[in-house]
Amino acid sequence: MIAALVVTRSWYLVLAAVLFAIGATGVLTRRNPLVMFMSVELMLNAVNLTFVTFSKALNDVGGQLSVFFVLVVAAAEVVVGLGIIVAIMRRRPGATADDISELKG
Amino acid sequence: MLKLVWLIPALPLFGFLMLVLFGRKMGEPRAGWFASAMCALSFVFGVIVFAGLLDKPAESRHFTQTLFTWLPVGALHVDVGFLVDPLSMTMVLFVTGIGALIHLYSVGYMHGDPKFSKFFIYLNLFVFSMLMLVLGDSMLTTFLGWEGVGTCSYLLISFWFTKDANASAGKKAFVTNRIGDFGFMLAMFLTFSTVGSLQYTEVLEKSSGLTKTTAAAIVVLFFLGACGKSAQMPLFVWLPDAMAGPTPVSALIHAATMVTSGVYLMVRISPIINVASPWVLTLIAIVGAFTALFAATIAVAQTDIKKVLAYSTVSQLGYMFLAIGCKAYVAAIFHMVTHAFFKANMFLGSGSVIHGMHDEQDMRRMGALKKLMPITAITFILGWLAIAGVPPFAGFWSKDEILLNAWEKSPVLWAVGLFTALLTAFYMSRQVFMVFFGKARWGHDAPEDAPEEIKHLHPHESAWTMTTPLVVLAGLSLVGGLINLPFSKDVEFLDKWLEPVLEHSGMRVVGASSGLKVTLAVIAVIVGGVGIAIAYAVYLKGKADPKKIELPILAQGWRYDASLAAFFGGPARKMADFTAFVVDRKGIDGAVNGIAKLAAGGGQQLRKTQSGYVRNYAAYIAFGAVVLLGWFVIRVGL
Repeated sequence: MIAALVVTRSWYLVLAAVLFAIGATGVLTRRNPLVMFMSVELMLNAVNLTFVTFSKALNDVGGQLSVFFVLVVAAAEVVVGLGIIVAIMRRRPGATADDISELKG
Repeated sequence: MLKLVWLIPALPLFGFLMLVLFGRKMGEPRAGWFASAMCALSFVFGVIVFAGLLDKPAESRHFTQTLFTWLPVGALHVDVGFLVDPLSMTMVLFVTGIGALIHLYSVGYMHGDPKFSKFFIYLNLFVFSMLMLVLGDSMLTTFLGWEGVGTCSYLLISFWFTKDANASAGKKAFVTNRIGDFGFMLAMFLTFSTVGSLQYTEVLEKSSGLTKTTAAAIVVLFFLGACGKSAQMPLFVWLPDAMAGPTPVSALIHAATMVTSGVYLMVRISPIINVASPWVLTLIAIVGAFTALFAATIAVAQTDIKKVLAYSTVSQLGYMFLAIGCKAYVAAIFHMVTHAFFKANMFLGSGSVIHGMHDEQDMRRMGALKKLMPITAITFILGWLAIAGVPPFAGFWSKDEILLNAWEKSPVLWAVGLFTALLTAFYMSRQVFMVFFGKARWGHDAPEDAPEEIKHLHPHESAWTMTTPLVVLAGLSLVGGLINLPFSKDVEFLDKWLEPVLEHSGMRVVGASSGLKVTLAVIAVIVGGVGIAIAYAVYLKGKADPKKIELPILAQGWRYDASLAAFFGGPARKMADFTAFVVDRKGIDGAVNGIAKLAAGGGQQLRKTQSGYVRNYAAYIAFGAVVLLGWFVIRVGL
């Protein structure tokens, strides 16, 4: 018999923190724009997870409301971001994020 | 009739505008006649308003006319308006009257000058400004006129600006006057901040509420302004140099009218002087007496015919300030009027001499001009007797009144005044003897070393346009004393006339017995006679060498000018250089440039953080988030 596994609130929060850390590491270390982009999405969803957790714990629907906002914004961001990435890739195939540094001071 | 007062300054202003537009077209002599007519008409309206004022009972001789609002700024509300009272009308009458005569004289004097019409533009503008100065019902309107006359003075002194000396004399006058003007401005600021108004009526009414010290500060600052305009110590240096201008200008601006505006101002604010601490009056009296003496000693050794008169003017203005310091305001105004008569007369006379001598101004080249220029000589002699204090000429009465008041204040001031009277009689006699009497030093009688043109000189009497004003002014020098004879209350017309204005001025009522009055007058006459006698002995009889009296140090004006030049050219210049090149360039500019450099350097360092690598930015954000989180945990205890 498997002992009854109680999934407490902290499990969700720890999971969210782990996801966030993975995302942040991805953004900081990877150079492929597409992977960086996915890492950002990972971070956003980690945050969403904490929102939902606290919404349930505090019995406040505001947290879930915020999740919808984040989802909508993320969708919009994906549209714009992917557009930019496609445009860059068309001009310079195989470009990494470090190659796009024309705006340096 | 009083409502016509706006016409008095409006006519010269109209003349000025017309001459600016059509002066060249009018040409000589029509431009001159037109300007003279405007000034004369202004005088006529002055007489009309004067008659209107005389018609009223003494206590209601006060009329203000507001033309329009000039500056409505918060609590500061200044109208352009005119204040008609006995004081301003006295000034108006002699400014326009003498002004008209001098306009007429200028038509003759400026004959043949290529800038003939321009001269009258300035002259009319001057009369307008002077009238604004005396008629203005607020300090700011007076200040407008004050600056206006200063500008005209500058323009007219350097009228023949192609000569270097004339141009720099104009600049000197302007700059020196600015020092006084800043005193005037500060006084206005102080008045407004303490009384809350610049309107004379209001300020003088509320002046009794001022503290002694505030009133003293206001008066001293106004006095600084008066020192500049009326050529008192230590700002008198510009007036002798101002003689570089055409002679009618010297007569009108630098003897009769503009230089007396300081005296007018002090009389106008006399209720404030009354509130101020008494040391202010003593200061004014001492400055006046000292200036009178100082300038008189310099006049003794001058050889330029106009320079003598210039220093004499400074000296006589000193008398007027001495009178103000003794609270003898009527005496000051009285002397101002009589001085305007005889000094304008003598200045115009000297102009006539210069004209007749073909622009020769050195008295050592003149002599025996009496026969060739009879009208000039006779009128000049009348002026001389008036300034020397010979009874019954105008100067005797006014100077005597000042000396009497000085005696009441302090015998020391009286003694200084008396000694100045001696010097006055001496140097004026010296001038008359050197110019009109004795041996001729021109033409065939010129000494060997004289320049060629002096040897072929034929002096001549001037045209009627020039002699008519001389005759009128000489007549006034003779009878001018009639306006205030000290025999009884009934004949002290000026005293009674000015009484309503000076009601709150705490004017000194002379308590001297008639015996003392007569004694002082006799002493003054004897001293004047001694001065004339010494000059007679030295310059006509040759009993002593003039060189013993005309000391070089006096001829150089006690080296006052030279020491000023040395000071401002030396230590003051060095200090200015220090301020300009060290304090300003290194200190102030350095601070400003330093801040700019700091920003630029900081920017250079900061730009390195903008690497263009996205992950760097992401790292910054992450780092910032961690710091914020840490702060929250530690400070808020989350």
